Amino acid sequence: MRWSMIKAVVRIDLYRLFKTRDYWIPLVILGGLFFVILPVILLGSLNFIQRSPMIGQIGQIIGTLPETIQQNIQGDNPATRASYAFAVYLLAPIAIVVPLTISSAVGANSIVGEREQGTGEYLAHSPLTVREIYVAKLIASLIPGYLAGIAGFTMYSLIVNIIVGSQIGGWFFPTAGWMLLVLWVIPPFIAIALSLILRLSARVRSAASAHQASSLVTLPVILMSYGVASGLLYSPVVSAAISGLAAWIVAIILLVTGSKSIKRERLLGVSAEA
Amino acid sequence: MDNRMAPAISFSSVRKTFGDVTALGDVSFLAPTGSVTVLLGPNGAGKTTTVRLTTGAMIPDFGAIRVLGLDPLTAGDEVRSRVGVVPPKPAFYDQISGWDNLQFAATIFGADESEALKAAARFGIDHALGQDVGGYSTGMRTRLALARAVLHDPEVLMLDEPTAGLDPESARAVLELISEMAGKGRTIIMCTHLLHEAEGVADQVVLLEDGEVRAAGAPRVLAGRYMADPIVIIDAEDRSMLPIVAELDGVLSLRDEGAFHITLDNTDRIPDLVIELVKRGVRPTRVEPLSPTLEDLYFEMQRAHREAG
Repeated sequence: MRWSMIKAVVRIDLYRLFKTRDYWIPLVILGGLFFVILPVILLGSLNFIQRSPMIGQIGQIIGTLPETIQQNIQGDNPATRASYAFAVYLLAPIAIVVPLTISSAVGANSIVGEREQGTGEYLAHSPLTVREIYVAKLIASLIPGYLAGIAGFTMYSLIVNIIVGSQIGGWFFPTAGWMLLVLWVIPPFIAIALSLILRLSARVRSAASAHQASSLVTLPVILMSYGVASGLLYSPVVSAAISGLAAWIVAIILLVTGSKSIKRERLLGVSAEA
Repeated sequence: MDNRMAPAISFSSVRKTFGDVTALGDVSFLAPTGSVTVLLGPNGAGKTTTVRLTTGAMIPDFGAIRVLGLDPLTAGDEVRSRVGVVPPKPAFYDQISGWDNLQFAATIFGADESEALKAAARFGIDHALGQDVGGYSTGMRTRLALARAVLHDPEVLMLDEPTAGLDPESARAVLELISEMAGKGRTIIMCTHLLHEAEGVADQVVLLEDGEVRAAGAPRVLAGRYMADPIVIIDAEDRSMLPIVAELDGVLSLRDEGAFHITLDNTDRIPDLVIELVKRGVRPTRVEPLSPTLEDLYFEMQRAHREAG
């Protein structure tokens, strides 16, 4: 594979995305909602309503968790412990929704968008191999989601440390489990979703169909990754690492076989099977 | 072996279908290196499919294609790196500038940015390279498409309806490019249904209709085959006297099309024809042997095939 060519396709895709405000502004709003607005409101409210009966109810829920988890929850009063539990165990896995949604939205449009715009014909006549086109589209779809994830997690970490950290005597976030989740577990889930979405994008006839079809893929993957992420935060680090490895193996298999879904005739939009 | 004699492109019994629709039936033709081959035919004749098969963007159902001695199916990447294509409706990434589009093309075709700039200047689009392509006119888009197609100095250039919707200046730039590239020994394939534009540039004409090659060869050879009888246009001060031409030796037919179009059995008869007319009191104001245009040839070939079929 010729990486200079792949880089050129990735660069132009990202540049086009950057210049299409209508496309990325809703995605930024989505990120802001999950990483900033929701945490500030929830954690701020918990901080504010220290003596509410709700704190007692949250404390009761925390009491049902395994002993090891309960020991990990920091704070010397029920309100702080509730904030800590929310920040680390409840809100955090939701954040996986953002990178997955962003990457899915970009990926769904990536191949069928070329065809709709007519630039698929140019790519079909170019010396790029279908594998290079596939890898480039994959990377170009992965980067926005992952960067948004990293930026969002950073914002989220700041918010958690400012609101909750001040209650427990210092900055504590991200925890080891969280780092593992962000750097090792979430990326393969994005890759799995993307490998499926790019297959769809190569086959459907319009961008609208691609977006509709991609939601069928994205939703189960989000639910699955949310479940895995939640579970892993309650599990030992080794379990998380092994789960991440398994997800990577599945992702790599899907990614390697995915390039077969792109055919030059499909870029032209004339394949009888397209 | 003289390289100019070797075919740059050969199609041998190529067939391509889309479901029940046959785009190309059993197409065979050769495009010699350094020649200009014009694929003529109405919409839906199979011209665009021929271009797409040539680069390997499409796979034939049957038959063999060779481009620069390579099979596009097995060596498609090399073929495509040596071929430039201008599609019928050139598409670009509209959200970004003309320069970004050219830079992208230069990278994937392994050309220098200086070549991209030179190509843009060649087609007079260099002044607009900073603008987003979405704001370009049809003519500007075609000029950019031409620049993009030639920036890597392709050995084969394929132009699919390159002058459709263009202003006369842009259309002339296309025809100049064809002459220039052919002069440099490059092989040109031009698809068109605008016959007057192919006039004068075509070394070879391939007439496609319903996915079949109806005729192929040099325009002069085809004219000899399909329009064997010479035509001379004659006009006179008193046009009402001209029908007497029909009585003269060697005149096969007579058509009044403003001036009279007279079909002769031999061009050598023209001087005698004029002398005889003058003798009979006709004062000719115009005597012009007609060289058949590509348009004449096209319709004659179609007529001949309809009659044969």
